Amino acid sequence: MSLSEREAQWSGWLRSAMAGDATAYRRFLDAVTPHLRAMAHRHSRAFGGSQDDIEDIVQEVLLAVHLKRGTWDTSRPVGPWLSAIVRNKLVDVLRQKGRRPTVPIEDVVEALAAPEDDDGLQAYDIDRMIDRLKGVQQDIVRSISRDGSSVRETAGRLNMTEGAVRVALHRALRALAAAYRGQT
Amino acid sequence: MKTDELIGLLAQDAPVRDKLLGRLLLAFLLGMAVATGLFAARVGIRPDVLSAGQTVRFLFKVLLVFALFCISAAAVSQVGRPEARLAPWGIAFAALTIALGIAVAAELFVTPESLWGVRLVGQNAVFCLVVIPTLAVAPLAFLLFALRGGAPARPGLAGAIAGLAASGMAATLYAIHCPDDSPLFVATWYSIATALVTGVGYVAGSRLLRW
Repeated sequence: MSLSEREAQWSGWLRSAMAGDATAYRRFLDAVTPHLRAMAHRHSRAFGGSQDDIEDIVQEVLLAVHLKRGTWDTSRPVGPWLSAIVRNKLVDVLRQKGRRPTVPIEDVVEALAAPEDDDGLQAYDIDRMIDRLKGVQQDIVRSISRDGSSVRETAGRLNMTEGAVRVALHRALRALAAAYRGQT
Repeated sequence: MKTDELIGLLAQDAPVRDKLLGRLLLAFLLGMAVATGLFAARVGIRPDVLSAGQTVRFLFKVLLVFALFCISAAAVSQVGRPEARLAPWGIAFAALTIALGIAVAAELFVTPESLWGVRLVGQNAVFCLVVIPTLAVAPLAFLLFALRGGAPARPGLAGAIAGLAASGMAATLYAIHCPDDSPLFVATWYSIATALVTGVGYVAGSRLLRW
């Protein structure tokens, strides 16, 4: 696939996602993640990081992309925006992990992707962050991520409305990002 | 947690409810409402505004601070995006500074040396230093709050630009109260007040706008 095709595809997915299409959003995140992983791999190794850190870095960057997607101007190409988010977050994350990085801005769309079969990779930082969430937020996050329940099933089980689950999920994700920022 | 599971989790939170530009617009409107209300209640327009409006010095003063507001407001609308290019706004700001420099030179040229001190100090220097920052507090707070939804590449700079926009708004209001129209006065006291608010914006931005 050519770069401009990939750009058009990612832009389209993220645009639909922002309008509320969860399937398009999954496609977007699935497509971007191998590129993030390859970049994290390269930068982490350049600064003496260990293999274990990489998935932590990928997850923290994904969370930042998620929480900041409202800053993308949907009339512009997604590549430069995504690359800027990733570059800023990589610098932050590597600094938190005790390194002094100089990460050049790099086009995520053009970055080589890591092999696809890495998707089962586990990270551990995020579990410590989830442990710090408030009770209901923890329940919701675990129910959707680990048990693979839908928002509706989660709402039924916790005796909440779907809207309330969605709001709590959004707050939980913001709290996770804050927990990452507050560590070190 | 596996990355795949995290992606599944994020996908359940797909829709974006508030976009950055909408937040910023609301912040500008709220800030303007509070600052204007405060100005109308406690400061007020100078009584001779109609005749003052015929003078070059008054018009230059008002246009200058209004231009500062417009340029920095436009820059604020960009600075929350991580890939923002701010160079054009930097150039516009530099042009404004040069315009003020030329006005100061012209004022020194047409004014006898004995009056320089009087023009510089004016009637209202301390009041200017108090009113501009006071009027800027609410707009700055609202803008910083709105920018927390942004992803500025340089949080301190983003806060400083918000401070510049807030002081531009405050100075535009204050300019129609202030009886001192000399560029010497504007270049000194308005600049100090603006620098103060911009500095506060920088410090607050470095702390509050990290993401």
